[in-house]
Amino acid sequence: MAKVLVFIDNPGDALKKSSLELLTLARSLGETVVALNGDLNSGVSDEFAEYGVTAVYRPSSQDLDNYLVAPKAAYLAAAVEAAGAGTVLLDNSPEGKEIAARLGIRLGAGVITDVVGVDADGTAHKSVLAGSYTTASRVTTPVAVLTVKANNVTPEPAASPSTPDAVTVEVPGDSIATAARITDRQQKTATGRPDLTDARIVVAGGRGLDGDFGPVEQLADALGAAVGASRAATDAGWISHDAQVGQTGKTVSPQLYISAGISGAIQQKAGMQTAKVIVAVNKDAESPVFEIADFGIIGDLFDVLPQATEEIKKRKG
Amino acid sequence: MKIIVLVKHVPDAQFDRHLNGEGYTTDRDESILSELDEYALEAGLQLAEARGGSKAGNQVIALSMGPAGAVNAVKKSLQMGATEGFHLTDDALAGSDAAATSLALAAAIRHIGTGAPVDLVLTGMASTDGETSLVPAQLAERLGLPQVTFASSLELDGGRLTARRDADTYSETVEASLPAVVSVTDQINEPRYPNFKGIIAAKRKSITTLSLADVGVDPSQVGRAGSWTTVTSAEERPPRTAGTIITDEGDAGIKLVDFLAAQKLL
Repeated sequence: MAKVLVFIDNPGDALKKSSLELLTLARSLGETVVALNGDLNSGVSDEFAEYGVTAVYRPSSQDLDNYLVAPKAAYLAAAVEAAGAGTVLLDNSPEGKEIAARLGIRLGAGVITDVVGVDADGTAHKSVLAGSYTTASRVTTPVAVLTVKANNVTPEPAASPSTPDAVTVEVPGDSIATAARITDRQQKTATGRPDLTDARIVVAGGRGLDGDFGPVEQLADALGAAVGASRAATDAGWISHDAQVGQTGKTVSPQLYISAGISGAIQQKAGMQTAKVIVAVNKDAESPVFEIADFGIIGDLFDVLPQATEEIKKRKG
Repeated sequence: MKIIVLVKHVPDAQFDRHLNGEGYTTDRDESILSELDEYALEAGLQLAEARGGSKAGNQVIALSMGPAGAVNAVKKSLQMGATEGFHLTDDALAGSDAAATSLALAAAIRHIGTGAPVDLVLTGMASTDGETSLVPAQLAERLGLPQVTFASSLELDGGRLTARRDADTYSETVEASLPAVVSVTDQINEPRYPNFKGIIAAKRKSITTLSLADVGVDPSQVGRAGSWTTVTSAEERPPRTAGTIITDEGDAGIKLVDFLAAQKLL
């Protein structure tokens, strides 16, 4: 059976949901092996067994985290060759895509990013041009490298657990020599909210907030949602640039996107129009966002949002 | 310093964009210089200016790959202040995926670096059409260079570069030696507009057209034939249609929650 190699980077104590999704997808395509970077804790080890992983590859070098992606890509290329894998799955984070990019050149393998589904024959599905098209594509080389978006697979353990083999892979030295070194890293204060890109619900605010993100944040917290923003709001400095949704920011495709005080110009729409359900609140009845909203409210967000927040809290008891 | 900035001619996102033909390639009518590449160009111009500009021998070279129209991205770059332009164009390039694109661009960069080597290759964080972000990393791998991606600030000191990168949960500082490939975010600067003087000056600047033969690439290595991925089908998504629109009469917040409950989203 074809081997599918999943790259998992620094899982910590337990695998993230997106990693479990990759392991589940891998099993539908062949025999699952993992290339791990970082420590292997017992919890993660148990999860690998539960998800039917047959081998866990680990790098000879422990300092891959001190560099940008080049040594990780080189390690992964060596792991793919050691395993004889025909498909490599990575998460769709910016770093995942860059590792995939360099890995593709090292292996002479085609890379497809932003994948939302893979058929048993390897056909990958994705959405392009800001959600205006869905495409099916294939890799024409012996090895396929795919980066898969979160929230498109339901994690499911294997029918019977496995006992993974442990294999060490030599990291090629040349990759470290030409890598950029990370000299300082500072963690940002955790907001306690889900990551914007992976969130099931996003509440986003724009120019209409006039500098006050309070109502958006409170509604987001009541819904367990991530907070997003239009470019106008991030450019004005009302909220961190990380929150920007749109053509030049993040693309999100949550179950629910609530847009508050955002007109819905093309650049905004490009980032969110693949959301399953779109709700819009705006004072201006002419806002283009109403053309794509499933539920639109013409009204003052400073009245509507707090009222909705209170009502949600009441119903959730 | 010799800085190459990669500039791409992309369909303007203000209009509907279409995939056409055998390989489902992007229809390039109504195309413009990719907005995200303007930040890379501005970063290159600022680095050159800080070192005495073109008078002190600093070159900011705009390089674009693409059909005839792509030369417009090079022209706009010259108007903004690039010193020289190159346009890699060849019918065989049509339908190139990221791997084939990076192969052709790497060959063009080596060609431009003949004689005086290139110190820095700058790109935007992604193209606004393909949006894969693969090309900068693939170029770096092909050229055997360090890559620094998503730089939100960039400093050069002799042969070292220092950049700041911001991710969702952390910020980091990275260092690399030159030459290097660097992609920049839209937070790094505020790109200038071409002024009248720049537009006039651009008319006197040279744009060199390069073919695949000029840069030593066999046509079978690029285009649809040389790509490692292929699009087998493309379907236009039906446009979203408006749903229910209500005007707030004092209870819209409650109606919103009713809607969410009905959609099982609470």
